[in-house]
Amino acid sequence: MEIDRLTAAGPTAVSIALKVNGVERRLEVPPSVTLLDLLRERLDLTGSKKGCDQGQCGACTVLVNGRRVNACLQLAVMNDGAEITTIEGVGQPGALHPLQEAFIAHDAFQCGYCTPGQICSAIGMMNEGHAKTEAEIRELMSGNLCRCGAYGNIVDAIEDVMGRSAFKEAAE
Amino acid sequence: MMNFSYTRAETVAEAIAAVAGDPAARFIAGGTNLVDLMKYDVMKPERLVDITRLPLREIEATDAGGLRIGALVPNSDLAYDARVQRDYPLLASAILAGASAQLRNAATTGGNLLQRTRCYYFYDVATPCNKREPGSGCAAKTGVNRVNAILGTSEACIATHPSDMCVALAALEATVHVEGPNGPRVLPFAEFHRLPGDAPQHDNTLAHGEMVVAVELPAPRFGRNHTYLKLRDRLSYAFALVSVAAALEMDGEGIAEARIALGGVAHKPWRVPDGEAVLKGKPATPDSFGAAADVILAGAKGYGGNDFKIELARRAIVRALAQAAAGEPQVQSDKTVN
Repeated sequence: MEIDRLTAAGPTAVSIALKVNGVERRLEVPPSVTLLDLLRERLDLTGSKKGCDQGQCGACTVLVNGRRVNACLQLAVMNDGAEITTIEGVGQPGALHPLQEAFIAHDAFQCGYCTPGQICSAIGMMNEGHAKTEAEIRELMSGNLCRCGAYGNIVDAIEDVMGRSAFKEAAE
Repeated sequence: MMNFSYTRAETVAEAIAAVAGDPAARFIAGGTNLVDLMKYDVMKPERLVDITRLPLREIEATDAGGLRIGALVPNSDLAYDARVQRDYPLLASAILAGASAQLRNAATTGGNLLQRTRCYYFYDVATPCNKREPGSGCAAKTGVNRVNAILGTSEACIATHPSDMCVALAALEATVHVEGPNGPRVLPFAEFHRLPGDAPQHDNTLAHGEMVVAVELPAPRFGRNHTYLKLRDRLSYAFALVSVAAALEMDGEGIAEARIALGGVAHKPWRVPDGEAVLKGKPATPDSFGAAADVILAGAKGYGGNDFKIELARRAIVRALAQAAAGEPQVQSDKTVN
């Protein structure tokens, strides 16, 4: 039997409902569990990464109700009723999101650890609609660090997708 | 993280009662600072009262021609609000100079006011810190204090307030609407945060159980004559070493009124009305700006690692006033400083 580490570690669990990557979930969660730990340790969605665990690196970036946030700084119980999209819900092998394809085409990573957060963050940025120039993309993506230093190619990949009219129409 | 109990408040009164009646309870909204501090055991609330479901998310016009911003309005929504962009571009600019897009999406207006210092020793529970553990001492004064305060410090504490948004709110003379167990009150922004003195554990003048419910902006002024100039160790996503919010009411080539607030240099946004008064009726020249900076920075004191901030602040004030006078606010995406 699978041991549920989070429930075992917690005090009084709180019952919450989440829609994660389109799937409705009912969960009993101790208040101290972050959304990131819930996703990774309980739901086995390990695409979202625990880099710094303090909101400084962006590797845990997910979309909550379409908005990008650091999952490591969210208490899961506070997100009761929310729709969560992780990198696993963005695309899958054979059905990649245009940004995932563009990251591959532009070689926008080396080790790949920051990539799920980069892509979720870029989707959030495009939803927000405030980045029009390369300088604005760089500024509005500054919450996602890349220790390999692939920033140039990351910006190219995002610009590529933002520049495609098909994507623009789909987003509207 | 220490275990805690969790309550979700449905009304403001219920939230206030829950926290006021329990010394170990805290409000939580965006959580971007509190959750971080709890992971480090810097803050150890035994009970969190979730206020995110309270109806404090509106930005409303006031009878005075200003805006009333609900305490739960996310930083990003505030910065990109069409009225704020048009009428309070200094505020929008300061918000967008701070944190990252992800953090701004989660962080709230009230929470921004209440965020705690990023002094390294406040975060490091293995070292003394009078703010975290009153009476334990201050490791920053003789430690790595590059980020620490140069103005308004005390023997007990040299921490800075980390907010960018609050620097603009100080310059704009916002007011803070508070509700608590003893009823509502309204504070001028300058009286919300406090200097450390001998009680650095208190960042602000709120009593336990009091909640920020809104921030109110007076009617818009200053036209294009404003800027938020932030200087930091990297180009984005870093706290200010020194920042300046400047706004000028011009009268031809001269200055009719000036507002200048500094971030990164003190325990609260630093504003010196006497320094602003120096500019009244003066031409917008580097000499005038320098004279104002001298008054604003009078008594500045370094602690070794942050000595550079005194001259940096002086130059930042002069540069920011030049930007404001020219109507050329600092752009927060292009980091070239003109």
